[in-house]
Amino acid sequence: MLKDITIGQYFPGKSVLHRLDPRVKILLTFLYIVILFAATNPIGLLVGIVFLFVAYGVSRVPPRMILKSLKPVVPIIIFTTILNMFFIEGEALWHWGFLTITREGLVTAVIMSVRIICLIAGTSLLTYTTSPIALTDGLERLMGPLKKLHFPVHELAMMMTIALRFIPTLIEETDKIMSAQKARGADMESGGLMQRARALVPVLIPLFVSAFRRADELALAMECRCYRGGEGRTRMKQLHMGGADAVCALFSLLCLAGVIAINLYAPALL
Amino acid sequence: MSIIKTEHLTYVYSPDTPYRKTAVSDVNLEIGEGDMVGVIGHTGSGKSTLIQHFNGLLRPTEGKIYVGGEDMWQNPKEIRRFRFQVGLVFQYPEYQLFEDTVYKDISFGPRNMGLSEEEIDRRVRHAAAFVGLKEKHLQKSPFELSGGQKRRVAIAGVIAMSPRVLILDEPTAGLDPKGREMILGQIREYHEQEKNTVLLVSHSMEDVAKYAKTALVMNQGRVFMYAPVEEVFSHAAELTELGLSVPQVSRVFLTLAGRGYPVSSNVFTVEQAKRELLRALAEGGKQNA
Repeated sequence: MLKDITIGQYFPGKSVLHRLDPRVKILLTFLYIVILFAATNPIGLLVGIVFLFVAYGVSRVPPRMILKSLKPVVPIIIFTTILNMFFIEGEALWHWGFLTITREGLVTAVIMSVRIICLIAGTSLLTYTTSPIALTDGLERLMGPLKKLHFPVHELAMMMTIALRFIPTLIEETDKIMSAQKARGADMESGGLMQRARALVPVLIPLFVSAFRRADELALAMECRCYRGGEGRTRMKQLHMGGADAVCALFSLLCLAGVIAINLYAPALL
Repeated sequence: MSIIKTEHLTYVYSPDTPYRKTAVSDVNLEIGEGDMVGVIGHTGSGKSTLIQHFNGLLRPTEGKIYVGGEDMWQNPKEIRRFRFQVGLVFQYPEYQLFEDTVYKDISFGPRNMGLSEEEIDRRVRHAAAFVGLKEKHLQKSPFELSGGQKRRVAIAGVIAMSPRVLILDEPTAGLDPKGREMILGQIREYHEQEKNTVLLVSHSMEDVAKYAKTALVMNQGRVFMYAPVEEVFSHAAELTELGLSVPQVSRVFLTLAGRGYPVSSNVFTVEQAKRELLRALAEGGKQNA
């Protein structure tokens, strides 16, 4: 049951997108968000949608993963749609009691929901195609300049890496302890809330004990290898930007330029 | 009569994802009541997955399991009933201890069975005695004990449920030779006194040869061999091909026999080796005289 939790939700593959430099991917994800919000009219938004489909196509991540990523935001989409539909003033299309749907409201609602869907699906693609470790690596490098302001960039990145590294380990451990207690007849699937909470004690105590033990061992192992923080450390996996990165960046910038051009020259719907 | 029986048992981890892996495939087994079975196989050969099916922790993707003649998954709501019949001691079981005293921890299983206080008390003391825990240990915190003692507490926690089948997944991993002997000796004693079925998963061929009657060899999720220990270890060449070994002493005798000495090549414990050597020497002496 714990295997259903996906954190980092990395979807392994060998596509161009998987092999892009994580720094470039993070920056391009930001660029994509800019594109989505720069597009004020439906034709511009269409560019954003096409961009999304091209990206998913190139990444070979199965399209059902888009739906999976959208599941948690469905309430937000419904909420914004309703708010926009009913509360924007303008030319009335439909009227019932105090409820009025306007043409402006409808257009804004559609634009907003498409924007949110693209936003979530687009940013999910980053985590689908980038392993958590590569992601923190990229973030650390991108935040490098903040070191000048004495911001503990390396420490944060190291904490994130360790946390991510231990999530699967702890999940596995939880699974094992749960199995062991179930084998001793622990009942975790039935009973009321209190009963279920109490049934967790035999799992949580051993889990905490082992988490502390692991932390201790890890600290010792790091010290044995003379870890003293980020100063002067070199990396086993150097990040490299190459031709593919340049092509992807160029394509994204073209899309942004296109969206701006559409905004300027195409007739607005509103 | 067989206590555990499987029919075409297959288990697939993470189906429908890139991580999909068939851990156990098409296993047909019958484990006799009162047997002591040594389960051998590589890491990843499916032995841990297989034994977790025997007490209903994993539900087979395909196939059926019968415990005491009853289909285990006929009524999934009653699966706990089978967990009390088939006790499973995991690898490194000391990490599952959680109560503030050893006594309470051992009583966790029997208490879940809904037994009376007197019966629980009797079982806890009985189980503690089997694994060599003394009265003074019972009121201590399990976290104060040594690694070997913790493990014995965990094993006692399962024995206290008096299961018909006791399964131990590498009960001696990470223990020193003295601790190994002690735990395995206690398990054998328990098996002989209670006349129940014991499955012992082990990486050590010596342990299997010494303690088990039957050996089950797993390879790549399938049953490679399931036969009395003598027979399994007589297939030394095939086992070596799988990357498993035969007991050291068997290897010595195989080499001796291969070089033409008049000894049996079917020796797998030190005790047998001694007898066989003495016999061979005695016969050799007679021939010379």
